[in-house]
Amino acid sequence: MNHVTISRREKFVRRSVEFILACSGFLSVLVTLGVLYILISKTWIFFKQVPLSAFFLDTVWTPLFSSQRFGIWSLVLGSMLVTTVAMLTAGPFGILAAIYMSEFAHSRIRKILKPLLEILAGIPTVVYGYFALTMVTPALQLIIPGLNGFNALSPGLVLGLMLIPTVSSLCEDALFTTPRDLKEAAYSLGARKLSTIFLVTLPYSRSTIIAALFLAFGRAMGETMIVAIAAGMKAHFTFDVREPIQTMTAYIVQVSMGDTPQNSIEYLTIFTVGTMLFVITFIFHAGSRLILRSKFKAKS
Amino acid sequence: MKEEKWAALKERIFNIICFLATILPLCFLLWLLADTFVRGFARLNFNFLISLPSRFAYKAGILPGLVGTLLLMFVTIFVAIPLGICAALYLEEYAKDSWLKKFIELNVSNLAGVPSIIYGLLGLELFVRMLNLGPSLLAGGLTLSLLILPVVITSTRESLKNIPSHLREAGLALGASKLSVIRRIVLPLAMSQIITGAILSISRAMGESAPLIVLGAATYLAFVPVNIMGEFSALPLQIFHWVERPQAAFVDNAAAAIIVLLIILAIFNSIAAWLRQHHEKKRGGL
Repeated sequence: MNHVTISRREKFVRRSVEFILACSGFLSVLVTLGVLYILISKTWIFFKQVPLSAFFLDTVWTPLFSSQRFGIWSLVLGSMLVTTVAMLTAGPFGILAAIYMSEFAHSRIRKILKPLLEILAGIPTVVYGYFALTMVTPALQLIIPGLNGFNALSPGLVLGLMLIPTVSSLCEDALFTTPRDLKEAAYSLGARKLSTIFLVTLPYSRSTIIAALFLAFGRAMGETMIVAIAAGMKAHFTFDVREPIQTMTAYIVQVSMGDTPQNSIEYLTIFTVGTMLFVITFIFHAGSRLILRSKFKAKS
Repeated sequence: MKEEKWAALKERIFNIICFLATILPLCFLLWLLADTFVRGFARLNFNFLISLPSRFAYKAGILPGLVGTLLLMFVTIFVAIPLGICAALYLEEYAKDSWLKKFIELNVSNLAGVPSIIYGLLGLELFVRMLNLGPSLLAGGLTLSLLILPVVITSTRESLKNIPSHLREAGLALGASKLSVIRRIVLPLAMSQIITGAILSISRAMGESAPLIVLGAATYLAFVPVNIMGEFSALPLQIFHWVERPQAAFVDNAAAAIIVLLIILAIFNSIAAWLRQHHEKKRGGL
């Protein structure tokens, strides 16, 4: 037998390369642990000074005023308002665009439109913030009298514009991969294209569409710059999209822009708000993944 | 036959609605971009690129932001890209199908869903305070690196998955070690695709502003940030600063800075698109 002898040096090199690669793989775990540690430890200190009831059972958020109140719901409601407007924009537009691209568009047109739609997701959010504040809000003020210069409507619409490709690309894949035999079965029974779309293709892709909407929802809650620029900086418990509001993310920006002494209660609030944001976005992101995974499992 | 006609008409209408839903957002974006270009174009000249910000809008420039963005890019290239490629190599080539691999994969996809501002909070505590880097360019670059790490890992893994396994097996059958198969066969073949993914991730990092604001980066910096341990700013932060100003002249500056930022990003994306096409041609026969 002819053994290939491997030098000790070579063996060492192979081992250490594998070790370095494994360490890089573990780094992502460390990042997650780091995020969790920082958010939880600061939130812990915060709740030692502020009772849970003052946080969850109040609707006034004024940690930066002399009369401090910590009712988180006005920030959560602010985020929800903007996100709702964004989802009402990105949802219908994204799903209809996906239907157009997978069912109606010629493959050549599809090849042009797809990268063009992706541009929407590639533009920096600070640029979208500029659009919302200097162009969309003034344009909306012409139609909606009483619309404040800072409001939830305009950043919501612009955020929805940004999220259209998030919804459409996942939906399009799902519609496109609907098994041919299902569609052909419908056609052979005499169904037209329209009824096939609504009775076969869309129901078949339902779970992926919901997953795409969950994903977009999570992103909308976490979006920062558009709302920090165009929604205002005043926490406000309101359901009126014409009023200035503050989101969880915009509050973190507001505190970061000022000089807040380290480990003061104001400084701790941004981590507590961050924890709240993390939990909400995590639920939607994980939900989206669970739906997708159960679908793939069901298929195989 | 009347019903038949009505059904065809309905289908036609729905087709048009779907078409409009695709095209209207694009037209809307075109309007926004066109207006911004018209507004900013007047302010755009060479002096604008090489001047410091100023209290006077007509004198102000974007040099600190531009240099800051380029240096941040360098930090992310040297940190996020190698780490991301190594992690992807581990997951694709070395890790066995175990709970450990699944756990890391779950982690990476979770991290991809964490809002960017949370990375800012991580960077603020970890880099700025614990490691005592201060609100420095290095801290900013490291934070952005962690932010795009999951994106780099995912895109690199996709490129590695595209290398057919029979090529790896051919190398192994000839007696090559796993390491040399990776070095001589897998990486050279996957390289152009890996680079495409890396460029796209970096262009994402260059547009970020929220995590940098949380770190304490300056939105107004009156000097050029050349010291990696010193204060810094970035182009998106400069835009944020000008958008917030009430005077219209500063908003014109913001429009001009947006043009510069979008041009840089467009160049990056064209390089990536060109590489992808080039790669598809080369791989055509494989």
